[in-house]
Amino acid sequence: MNWPLQCSRSASRSLHGQSHNVTKRTPLSQQELEEKLDDILVAALSSRRSAAAIAAGIAPLSRAQQDFVLSWAQVAAHNVAELGYQFTAQAPQALALLGQPGTEKWLLRALDVYDKQGLYPACAALKDLVGYKRGSDAAGEGVALAGVARVLELFLRGLSGRRLLLEAADDTWTDTEIIYLPGRIARYPAREQNFRLYKAIAVHHWAQARYGSFNIELGPVLADYPVPERALAWLNLLEAIRLEARMGRGFAGLAALLAALRPELPASLVPVHGRFLRADSSVADSVLLLREFYSLPLPEPFPYMGSLHPQRAAQVRGERIAKERRALYTELTQLRLKLQAGRAEAQEGEPELDAESSLETLEFELQADGEAVAPPEEVAKLLRSIIQDFGEIPEEYLLASGPGAYAAEAPPQGESAGGPAETRAAGGRLYDEWDFRRRDYRKDWCVLFESEALAGDPAYVAAVRARYAGRIAQLRRRFEALRGENRLARRQHEGDDIDFDAAVEAHADRRSGIEPSERLFVQRRRSERNIAVMFMVDMSGSTKGWINACEREALVLLCEALEALGDRYAIYGFSGWTRKRCEIYRIKTFDDSYDEAVRGRIAGVEPRDYTRMGVAIRHLAGILNQVEAKTRILFTLSDGKPDDFHDGYRGEYGIEDTRQALIEARRSGIHPFCVTIDEEARDYLPHMYGPASWVLIDDAGQLPLKTAEVYRRLTS
Amino acid sequence: MRTEMNDLHDARRLNADLDRIETEPYYEPVGGEVALFEAAWASRVPVLLKGPTGCGKTRFVEHMAWRLARPLVTVSCHDDLTASDLVGRYLIVDDQTVWVDGPLARAVRSGSICYLDEIVEARKDTTVVIHPLADSRRILPMEKRGELLRAPPEFMLILSYNPGYQSVLKELKHSTRQRFVAIEFDYPRPDLEARIVLTETGIDAATAGRLVKFAAMTRNLKGSGLDEGASTRLLVHAAQLMQRGVAARPACTAAVSLALSDDPEMLAAIDELASAVF
Repeated sequence: MNWPLQCSRSASRSLHGQSHNVTKRTPLSQQELEEKLDDILVAALSSRRSAAAIAAGIAPLSRAQQDFVLSWAQVAAHNVAELGYQFTAQAPQALALLGQPGTEKWLLRALDVYDKQGLYPACAALKDLVGYKRGSDAAGEGVALAGVARVLELFLRGLSGRRLLLEAADDTWTDTEIIYLPGRIARYPAREQNFRLYKAIAVHHWAQARYGSFNIELGPVLADYPVPERALAWLNLLEAIRLEARMGRGFAGLAALLAALRPELPASLVPVHGRFLRADSSVADSVLLLREFYSLPLPEPFPYMGSLHPQRAAQVRGERIAKERRALYTELTQLRLKLQAGRAEAQEGEPELDAESSLETLEFELQADGEAVAPPEEVAKLLRSIIQDFGEIPEEYLLASGPGAYAAEAPPQGESAGGPAETRAAGGRLYDEWDFRRRDYRKDWCVLFESEALAGDPAYVAAVRARYAGRIAQLRRRFEALRGENRLARRQHEGDDIDFDAAVEAHADRRSGIEPSERLFVQRRRSERNIAVMFMVDMSGSTKGWINACEREALVLLCEALEALGDRYAIYGFSGWTRKRCEIYRIKTFDDSYDEAVRGRIAGVEPRDYTRMGVAIRHLAGILNQVEAKTRILFTLSDGKPDDFHDGYRGEYGIEDTRQALIEARRSGIHPFCVTIDEEARDYLPHMYGPASWVLIDDAGQLPLKTAEVYRRLTS
Repeated sequence: MRTEMNDLHDARRLNADLDRIETEPYYEPVGGEVALFEAAWASRVPVLLKGPTGCGKTRFVEHMAWRLARPLVTVSCHDDLTASDLVGRYLIVDDQTVWVDGPLARAVRSGSICYLDEIVEARKDTTVVIHPLADSRRILPMEKRGELLRAPPEFMLILSYNPGYQSVLKELKHSTRQRFVAIEFDYPRPDLEARIVLTETGIDAATAGRLVKFAAMTRNLKGSGLDEGASTRLLVHAAQLMQRGVAARPACTAAVSLALSDDPEMLAAIDELASAVF
């Protein structure tokens, strides 16, 4: 199994432009190629499908190109053999069409499709070489949604309105909470233009939610027409014109963006645009106009327009309305109670609420018995969302009686499985993962869940402290010696106070005709240890038994020592079961003090599943980076290599991903350090952590005492 | 060395008269804050001004000092500010150790308004020296001189503080904050904010309105990667640049986006927001 490693290394050589000495070598013969391909593609070959034809295709290529094809075939086949097969079958043609860098991009994109959609669409992507070529020609520089999603999400959030999530999909549309957009846009040659189109799509669909395109039931309206699809297409177009006009009132720049991307309006539609410029134009106006236009020939849709899915949007809107009405009722009941308590004299009945609102600005004024009240942020958010759904705040929403029956209902449980937007809604966080074979990240590959660790035996920590009492006292003394203290620096040029000794001396010097010193001040200097350390504890199944016991003891001793030292520290455990369920357990956050609850959670540290380290490092580094400290340390306690169940994380892939995560952490100013008890650690730890950033403790029994000692050395 | 000492002398003479505010600082009242402040001053209760940066706290204090015709001593606090920086210290001048009052002592002696701006930036131990001044005692103990300064009725202490900082290191202690009456500031209402930008810079009303809209959009991003949205001050900066002939988009980038974030994606998003109104 040495071959993939060598192969990928040679790939990296040839791809990094150091291939000149390779090119001089003679090409492999068809026979040799077939042997190698047999090896790589073994799982995709059968008695009816041999590597001979492929080898024949590759044989005429130069040796450098052959090496290139073989190494990337290895990468592709590593995901699934069939992809390798498809790739090699297409490779000669791809090289001719796209050149070497283009071929690499083409394959990487197919691998991305494989990650997201599976084998069949990935093979289809590989086969559609001509389509890809056309796309990438026009594209020059396409834009991937993943690369711009954050900018666009922030942008939309800034525009006001309900928070919208973006998700890649084949069809472009919105259900009023998620906007589905193409995963990649390569319509124009320049990146800039493609981004503008993305922005236009996002803005157009944001406007549908913001200005209520789905605020009336469209199903029956459309059903009235002989061809509902045609009516829908016309409605989509009329709405696009309305939304653009509507935006033009407040967001001149947005309207200009959309107008620049669409073709000139046909003469029949120009007056429509004018009619929509009114402040209160709504989807109902579009529905009215639909009657007029239905039978006219349909113009070309605008490039940023997607489809309308009135039924699906109505469903999401309906669920939201029910949910928000309940929530508002609960919040307003609270608000009423508060207002009533605040009343000067006893008034009859509950305060009557009233509201003025504007869809244009999403502003509203809430009044109780005629006086303005400032609602809590939660209420304000609900009201803003409600204004978007109704164009105003319906009066019955503010009645004290409220939807009593609703309030009693439990909120509906969301379904958890789904795309990234839903994952985030379920509380998981998505992280990229490094694929060393592709030398690129797999986007949003891991789903991470953070939760509080379960508490264990409350008496455990006390028992450990009793057992190590002597050593703990010793540790504390040594750590106390490191503690920063206020120090007076004497004879300074400037400072907090006069250094009277120096002043008197200077005075005397002057009297006796000697030039006096100018250093007459004392300065109070605090040599602060401004350190924050994150302990990342391996809770994988392999720590079971003795090792886990030592880990827990090590944690107790570390806590005791750090309490003496005063450094800020946090402890998190990590484990996981495949990329879809990476777990982080909070044992002690930076804000927690070392109290009963924390001690209980330390006692509860126990072996769980696997060691997917990269995602844990990325997550914890993120937490650590929020702490204000001069020095930030990520301190890992581990018992072995990164490993995970089933999906190929074990071995080089996991090591390289972990290494990449550590590089990212280091780039953000974190010092990673690792204490391990794995005897093989010398083989991989220097590669992951760098030469001086790890310690191997060969006897697990030594872990408790040595770990604290290692930390002391590290920070003094 | 000789000249330095002369400078010291000059410095002492100079700063006494700088504190008086001659012309009315422009301030647009948002609610009842002027009346509240005057009531607090009359009752000799110190005031804590809370609110995000650049929303007009400092301007308000200047305005009130002018209104009440009191000198104003402003100290911008920083993490190296010590108690003796506020109270005073001995310096050596011409062979002698000479006591020089710090700004706080100076304000107490002259019955001024003393404004400690961004008090949380000062070291924790520093804030303690204001405690006896901020309750009914109204005294400033000057330990090094063995002197007890009693504040005249006109003296007033004002702190400002931005609760928006998420840092645990920058919270005001309860023993401090509970000595003050607090006035909360926020960004002004859109119409008012537009008027402020217009009055400060003379820019046309339509552009002022757009700037305010832009600011509101950045404020929607607070908590999503931005600690603070664009303040009124930043809008004034942007409008000033535009008045000098800088185009709207680059003015917004220079005065607002870049002032708000270093994160390239966030910067891109803010610039896109500017493009939505300009």
